[in-house]
Amino acid sequence: MENGLDLEYIFNEFLKGLGLSSEIAHIIWLPLPMLLVLVSAVVGVLVTVWLERKISAAAQQRIGPEYAGALGVLQPIADGLKLLVKEDIIPAKADSILFTAGPILVLIPVILSWLIIPFGQNLLISNVGIGIFLWIALSSIQPIGLLMSGYASNNKYSLLGGLRAAAQSISYEIPLALSVLAIVLMTNSLSTIDIVNQQSGAGILSWNIWRQPIGFIIFWICALAECERLPFDLPEAEEELVAGYQTEYAGMKFALFYLGSYINLILSALLVSILYLGGWGFPIPIEIIAEFLNIPINAPLIQVFTASIGIIMTVLKAYILVFIAILLRWTTPRVRIDQLLDLGWKFLLPISLANLLLTAGLKLAFPKFFGG
Amino acid sequence: MSIAVTTQLICFSVLSLVVIIGALGVVLLESIVYSAFLLCGVFLSIAGLYLLLNASFVAAAQVLVYVGAVNVLIIFAIMLVNKKEDLKPIDNLKSRKIISTAICLTLVSLLIRVDLSKVWVIASPSSSIGEESTFRIGEHLFSDYLLPFEVASVLLLMAMIGAIVLARKDVMNKDIATGLPVDQELIEKTKEPFLIKKN
Repeated sequence: MENGLDLEYIFNEFLKGLGLSSEIAHIIWLPLPMLLVLVSAVVGVLVTVWLERKISAAAQQRIGPEYAGALGVLQPIADGLKLLVKEDIIPAKADSILFTAGPILVLIPVILSWLIIPFGQNLLISNVGIGIFLWIALSSIQPIGLLMSGYASNNKYSLLGGLRAAAQSISYEIPLALSVLAIVLMTNSLSTIDIVNQQSGAGILSWNIWRQPIGFIIFWICALAECERLPFDLPEAEEELVAGYQTEYAGMKFALFYLGSYINLILSALLVSILYLGGWGFPIPIEIIAEFLNIPINAPLIQVFTASIGIIMTVLKAYILVFIAILLRWTTPRVRIDQLLDLGWKFLLPISLANLLLTAGLKLAFPKFFGG
Repeated sequence: MSIAVTTQLICFSVLSLVVIIGALGVVLLESIVYSAFLLCGVFLSIAGLYLLLNASFVAAAQVLVYVGAVNVLIIFAIMLVNKKEDLKPIDNLKSRKIISTAICLTLVSLLIRVDLSKVWVIASPSSSIGEESTFRIGEHLFSDYLLPFEVASVLLLMAMIGAIVLARKDVMNKDIATGLPVDQELIEKTKEPFLIKKN
């Protein structure tokens, strides 16, 4: 899997064969992976919304959406269309500029973070050197959008929701970053590709979840808190705050929040699978299977096959995590705001610091297993 | 001109325009909330300028520290103390404004003078280390810049202790000046239910 398929190279060669210069070929190539990732993110949201409806129905012994398409699979599309054609209301006493800018500022960083999600050796938009650090930096922009929309709504529930969202996001970002740091320490690189390759040695046995069990749990809790999923959905706790910062929003602006939160959920699930569950790796290394079956690993057809297995594995792992997140949402009660902050600052932060120290110590003691 | 150079030029001019106009807005706008949000835009565009200089790690750190921490805290503080208070008009506002403008212009002219008089060494693109820079920054922080790095962490520790002293008012729960008990209520709690208060 060192070289793998290089679609960009093949595409550019094809366009050069048609008589175009390499720069123009590059410009034609550039939007393609971005569009593809954007479309897959939105399709991922549709699937997740459908799953959420179906699983919540199952958890409450209902049937759930049934009439829109087989098993109600078209329900999320119907939801989306409804939001698209709804009237866009800006409250008379709201600050209309900030009110409009808020949801945009929430959505853009989330979508930008898909830049670093690899679905295979070369199947990502950009293998930037700062990799996972880019996601940590981008996700810190989001609370500004939430504060902005909370303030601009001119509504006390919205303001409280925005403040809660910012407080929650600041508190959980630190343990999140520290647990990522432990992984980076083991990999010696910030790049997501290197992080996955580092786990690909012995299939399921070399996944980071075995070497970083504490980090995995901290990361998952913090990811749920960053996505504002129950049990941490205090910013929009409907019994206390109506709907938090999104109370005054309607139509497409509300849909942006909705889309943003679900894209963020899928993104977090993908990142957990990349950081801890071996990314695109199959539980048994593909190389061993190929050797066992006597197939040359570098044959073009096998490359296509392994690449598609990689995509399927990444998406499968991510959706198992999404399933757990949805199940958690419909079966656990919500924590209080003081409990939430206590958990973040008094429990997760010290534990993640200790985890980092432990990882550094283990790396020095057993450089073979913890990356030297 | 190649496409890459053109893109760079466009990005540079847009980003510097945003920085300059945004920074002017931060200073000149009446509403403190708008100023705080514009400051976020300025920080983001400066991160963009770092990206153009091939310093992606510094850019990400800029976003994380300045936008994600400093700016969020500024906005947070503004919104927590959002008291409707009639401020007293300041005397001789006009002369104050003139004096501060003059001082700022002097500083700007000083900076421009430094910029014009010094011969800047511009590294050629081929000698740029690019993605290597993350490793280099780490090496420097733990070798020749170790002392400033450690001193900065002592500064952070002092700030943290100060914050804890301010937050743990229950240790000294009487206001030193007035002798009255200090209000320790969270923002979300009201002392008595609203409905009872009205009757």
